Amino acid sequence: MTLDHLIPFLASTAGAATPLVLAATGELVAERSGVLNLGVEGMMLVGAVTGFGVTLSTGQISLGLLAAMLAAMATALIFAFLTLTLQTNQVATGLALTLFGVGLSAFIGRGLVGQTVERLPNLSFPVLSDIPFFGPLLFRFDVLVYGSIALVLITGWMLARTRLGLIIRAIGESPRSGHAIGYPVIALRYLTVLFGGAMAGLGGAYLSLALTPMWVEGMTAGRGWIALALVVFATWKPRGVILGAYLFGGVTVLQFHGQGFGLAIPSEFLSMLPYLATIVVLVFISRKPQTILLNKPMSLGQNFRADH
Amino acid sequence: MLRLELRPEPSRLMMFASPMLAALAMLLTGSILFSFLGQDPLQGFYVYFIKPATTLYGIGELLLKATPLTLCGVGLALGFRANVWNIGADGQLTMGAIAGGCVALYFQDVDSAWILPLMILAGALGGMAWAAIPALLRTRFNTSEILVSLMLVYVAYLYLSYLVHGPLRDPDGFNFPQSKMFADAALLPILVEGLRTNAAFLVALLLTVGAWFFSTRTFAGYRMQVSGMAPAAAVYAGFSEQRNVWLAFMISGAMAGMAGVGEVAGPIGQLQPSVSPGYGFAAIIVAYVGRLHPVGVLLAALLMSLLYIGGESAQMEMQLPSAITGLFQGMLLFYLLAADLFIHYRFKPAHSSATRATPVSRGEIAS
Repeated sequence: MTLDHLIPFLASTAGAATPLVLAATGELVAERSGVLNLGVEGMMLVGAVTGFGVTLSTGQISLGLLAAMLAAMATALIFAFLTLTLQTNQVATGLALTLFGVGLSAFIGRGLVGQTVERLPNLSFPVLSDIPFFGPLLFRFDVLVYGSIALVLITGWMLARTRLGLIIRAIGESPRSGHAIGYPVIALRYLTVLFGGAMAGLGGAYLSLALTPMWVEGMTAGRGWIALALVVFATWKPRGVILGAYLFGGVTVLQFHGQGFGLAIPSEFLSMLPYLATIVVLVFISRKPQTILLNKPMSLGQNFRADH
Repeated sequence: MLRLELRPEPSRLMMFASPMLAALAMLLTGSILFSFLGQDPLQGFYVYFIKPATTLYGIGELLLKATPLTLCGVGLALGFRANVWNIGADGQLTMGAIAGGCVALYFQDVDSAWILPLMILAGALGGMAWAAIPALLRTRFNTSEILVSLMLVYVAYLYLSYLVHGPLRDPDGFNFPQSKMFADAALLPILVEGLRTNAAFLVALLLTVGAWFFSTRTFAGYRMQVSGMAPAAAVYAGFSEQRNVWLAFMISGAMAGMAGVGEVAGPIGQLQPSVSPGYGFAAIIVAYVGRLHPVGVLLAALLMSLLYIGGESAQMEMQLPSAITGLFQGMLLFYLLAADLFIHYRFKPAHSSATRATPVSRGEIAS
């Protein structure tokens, strides 16, 4: 293993981690407000296909990213309407959203397979990007790599330090008390679910516009589910998401760099690593019931209906 | 203006009507979608939803595809009733197919009536082994069975891909990633000459009845139902949650594994990089649309099978995209969940709300 292999490996880790950071942060906020949305995978796919399609037809990557967020938000709205207004089971509805998103994205994307777009450009900072070692490692990424980290920091600050964050956490712990004090529980949960949708859509679009600038059916390959696991891994705290996502990003790109590191293992087994790592990490986190009990929002997954 | 009002007790009528309502809404949306795609909605409706069931061959195909959906769906429904969420049936199906396939390939040159039963047994064990992982992690470490069972689906896909690209690849197969074709003794007998429906359908019927018996006539099945409907009561009665988790995963794993054998020893006849177009996931929808009841699941599997076959025929005859099948599947579950609202609620004119009898307060409707 040499530095020649290490730098591209570490640099591509950031690319693989970014969609996870985005999707997991969105889901984290929804879960902190008490809503478990298992539809992340579906929303990411809808975002990926929409972002790619719009970019392909308009030539504007920013429009593509915007459209991806809006489209995924629209599917999140279906989920929100069903679980928050119609009081359906969150687990079942989330599964439905994923299955729907898989079908919808394949349907929308049927004319997009095999095409390609210019990928989201890497930024270049004067002087900084040219520093040996640190330049390629820190200062040559695209805007969403930096943006996703900023998003985590802002989200963490919002949840911990602002009034809005306090209310979101309160209704996640006890919607009944929140409602009694006069907070609009349902409206706020709509907001957090939509935010989760927008971030999942952006994460999906990152896959189809930056990581591999093309559309392939089911291209998220379980990343939406890994994002859900990351929220648990992070014990519902935004900062943990970065650590987890970069860990998983590293494991994900290992398969492409495995040969450079001299690993003589069939590629399929290297591709299994992110999924196996998710399981191992989940076991470690959930092994101690206190860790989960102390950090998990008390009302997570339970519906709330205000009796006036 | 209408407002929602809680029914004094759940409507039994709506329990049965809501899957029909959902199917109807899906058909309507489908027809509208056909016209958006520039097709005659009536013709699209006919080609997609009616025509596949008008020929004997079509009905045979319907039963063929309903078989894995029933097997997976019945198993999943048992677990869902007990709040055990196995969503990795597609992985268990794949592992069952691998296990059954390995038996078939190992006894390639043996012509014995024991091979098929052995394959089915191996498939069931393969599915159970794969399902045992989430069950063990959930009962031992309290790990989310949803995420673990789902992750294992991808691992199973990759493992199958490794096998057919590597150790199990047919050496005379022109480098295609497939195993040898199974010998005749390792193929399920066809039920009716000229159709592709095979004995796996009978196995599915038998196990559906078995599952019905288990859930309604045995104490273990009763314990699972209580744990799903009233977890607190189940704990009070001393019913073990761990036992439910294990039972649910072992049963659904075995059934999904057998579904996998049904595919490779049936219409496929060998191991390929993919042995299921997502039957294990579609079975989640099947379980719900079937009201988590074995007989309902069987009917729902037929409907879902129609969606698969209709998608194929619409693609061939009208050049409609086959991806529309997945769209319909997701839509169906959404509609069902929405229609289920009317099991517990009903519409009432808003102005009479002042006089409405206040039902028992049920602010938090836990799942």
